[in-house]
Amino acid sequence: MAYFVDQFFNGLTLGAVYGLIAIGYTMVYGIIGMINFAHGEVFMIGAFISLIVLLLLAQIGIAAVPVAILVTLVLSAVFTALWGYVVERIAYRPLRGATRLAPLISAIGMSILLQSLVQLAQGAGQKSLPPLITGRITLGEIDGQTVEVAVVRVVIIAVTLVLMAAFSIFVAKTSFGRAQRACEQDRKMAELLGVNVDKVISLTFVSGAVLAAVAGLLYTVYYGSIDFFIGFLAGLKAFTAAVLGGIGSLPGAMLGGLLIGLIEVFWAGYASAEYKDVAVFAILVLVLLFRPTGLLGRAVVEKV
Amino acid sequence: MKLNKNFFSMKGRSGKFLAGVAVLAMLTGASAARADVDIALGIPATGGQIAALGAQARLGAETAVAAINAQGGINGEKINLQIVDDQCDPKNAVSAANQVVSRGIKFVLGHLCSGASIAASDVYNDEGVLALTASATAPELTERGYPLIFRANGRDDQQGVVGGKFVADKFKDKRIAIIDDRQVYGQGLAREAGKVLTEAGIKPVYVGTVNAGERDYSALVSRLKSENIDIVYFGGYHTELGLIVRQARQAGLNTRFIGADGLAANEFWSVAGDGGAGTLFTFSASAKDLPSAQEAYAELRKGGEPDNFAFYYYAAVQTLAKAIAEAGQDPEKVAEALKAGSFDTIVGTFRFDDKGDLVDPDYVIFEWNDGTYAPTKL
Repeated sequence: MAYFVDQFFNGLTLGAVYGLIAIGYTMVYGIIGMINFAHGEVFMIGAFISLIVLLLLAQIGIAAVPVAILVTLVLSAVFTALWGYVVERIAYRPLRGATRLAPLISAIGMSILLQSLVQLAQGAGQKSLPPLITGRITLGEIDGQTVEVAVVRVVIIAVTLVLMAAFSIFVAKTSFGRAQRACEQDRKMAELLGVNVDKVISLTFVSGAVLAAVAGLLYTVYYGSIDFFIGFLAGLKAFTAAVLGGIGSLPGAMLGGLLIGLIEVFWAGYASAEYKDVAVFAILVLVLLFRPTGLLGRAVVEKV
Repeated sequence: MKLNKNFFSMKGRSGKFLAGVAVLAMLTGASAARADVDIALGIPATGGQIAALGAQARLGAETAVAAINAQGGINGEKINLQIVDDQCDPKNAVSAANQVVSRGIKFVLGHLCSGASIAASDVYNDEGVLALTASATAPELTERGYPLIFRANGRDDQQGVVGGKFVADKFKDKRIAIIDDRQVYGQGLAREAGKVLTEAGIKPVYVGTVNAGERDYSALVSRLKSENIDIVYFGGYHTELGLIVRQARQAGLNTRFIGADGLAANEFWSVAGDGGAGTLFTFSASAKDLPSAQEAYAELRKGGEPDNFAFYYYAAVQTLAKAIAEAGQDPEKVAEALKAGSFDTIVGTFRFDDKGDLVDPDYVIFEWNDGTYAPTKL
């Protein structure tokens, strides 16, 4: 039982990171109906910016961990958001109104471009960061085994939950959120009613990038080892999470992220660690076959 | 050392290609014919981080050649060392090997990397060139029965034996697990360590694998925790073990890990952090502390602080020079001399078995502490 609780927290941590990335996929899909395959790379850039900022802060002597992480959070979010904005501006906006396939191909090209850029600028090797947050919290005892959870996991789960709640309120209550939902329902109509669609789309990319930047920071702090290729697998799994939750649905992405994290960890813990990725992607296939709208997605009625 | 790269067998192709190269060799060969002994050194001279290791091998070989030439060379003939660049890549190693053949060189030191050595050895074997590496550790290099391929350093599986014996010796009453990364290097280590433990009557509590290149090993850590594992023999590289140790310490797991020379990288400490303290691994004895190496050490230091690669390539030059002095410049006769004789070098006495492997290579257990490693006091 202690083993189960242990694995449960492992899954929640992983799922939190997937969930944060998945939101970026789902929002972009909801609003312009394309899969932004460069989103995993935006996450990777967020991780790199976080690492660079953390190392710089250590250089100038800011040693207090909470301060360093907060400063990094803000700076990484700002710079990654800039990348998200530029990607949309260069690769997707000129293709608005083109066939559905064109931005998809552009996204794949962007993904390769960003990977190569980071590889050239930062080198292909692993970049590392020593553990910043150590220590554990004891939860209690089950069957004579103490159940503990690492503080860093609690931080990751807490940051994710707060961020997701704040973001949900942002979309539900603010005027930007209203405009975004309007664009999602009917872009042409929203435009006719005076909504600046280009701005809304830009802001959607920016907010997706901000969440990905936070995921990148959490990832860097937790694993302490990143390279230019981390965005590929993490992005693919977050995409799977978005599909599982129902692509286009915000709560769906969060739920999907957590589920994918839990499935991956429990599969590795109880079945076989070698095939955990197979398990995750088998879910993608099954969902697409039997429930293409995902858990919380709604069927789109094709308007003729 | 732990430089396994995938290799592509080029056997069929190289034959045809070489026929063309041979014509070129005849045209250029005349000018190369001197009364010298030509020896090629196959290293990554360019190509990123690995080129630093190539520079070490080059330092060792050049220093040794200079010393031998200063004493009159091999039976009065000077050694002429020529660098060929393989970038630690099997494909480039094949063209480097073809270059060696086309220049009419009969003896090669290297290559530095396992994958490059294996690929190049196909060419050397076909063309009657003798190759002696002092760093490639993949067992496969000498397992294919090529008579002209030699290795003046330990094999991966020999390290597994040493590591396994150490565990059986020091931790026989502990709860032991064996984990590998399912790659050639790691799997070989874990298999050999496991054999030793079984022979010693020890049954590991848990045997598992990890996927190389992943980041999240929390499921494995929870498993080790629930099984109360004290000692893990890990077959693999520092990238994976660094992450495993980091995640283990975060989860409050104080298991001790033991591995092989794949853990001898500073990167291990920067990922694992202070939790890496006490991690053990097998590694070649540090040559610069050997009394026999002091004279050479003084010379080598003139070119920067040498590491083990420099010392072992120095020793490889000594070995090859002595064998050539005994047997002349016919690679097959030199191979016989290598297998028959024993060779005093700066890092100890070398003897070779029938496969061309070093007999009883010197492995020492090192321990990580405070960001650096030293022979363990256990």
